[in-house]
Amino acid sequence: MALRELTEISSQVESAVLFDADGKVVAATIPDDRAERVAASATALLEQAEQIGEGDLTQIEASTGDGSLFVVKDGPMRIAASTSAEATAGLVFYDLKSCLREAAEPPPKPKPAAKPKPKPRTTKPKSDETS
Amino acid sequence: MRPRRLIAIGFAVGSLLGLGLYARRGRGTERVDLYFADGSLVSLHSDSPEAALLLVHARDALQAAAK
Repeated sequence: MALRELTEISSQVESAVLFDADGKVVAATIPDDRAERVAASATALLEQAEQIGEGDLTQIEASTGDGSLFVVKDGPMRIAASTSAEATAGLVFYDLKSCLREAAEPPPKPKPAAKPKPKPRTTKPKSDETS
Repeated sequence: MRPRRLIAIGFAVGSLLGLGLYARRGRGTERVDLYFADGSLVSLHSDSPEAALLLVHARDALQAAAK
């Protein structure tokens, strides 16, 4: 699922930002300056949250009165999404993980140009010539 | 004291109580859920100091996303 499709398919996701471990924006559904701020805040949120629990932190849901922020981490890539306050966490996490998985896949290789088909033979086989 | 005055005071006190309860209810919805790879979940409510720190970043991100 491409990031652009995420907001179309998942009606609960209002905006989404795909970024790397350094907080560098890879793709976003909002303008660059805002996306950079979202990525920076989400990176800080992840770093601070990792100090709280023991183990490998993979997902965060932060609910505020104004809405919810979802952050999902998978390898070197992260995705942050904003939703309304009453979003269904399971559905949002599923969509975000699908989007991250798709972003991690290498782009499909272009198909090699098709070889021209050999022309059908017009000459008769040799066996016919001798008879 | 006139009955009208008593009704007005009762209405004012009731409104204040209602506002207080509403504000408390709204504050209670703020929380941070942390999901770990082993399937464990840590839920932090807004009254905990850890959640307060995390909610600052979450609010900032939501504000930037909504502008």
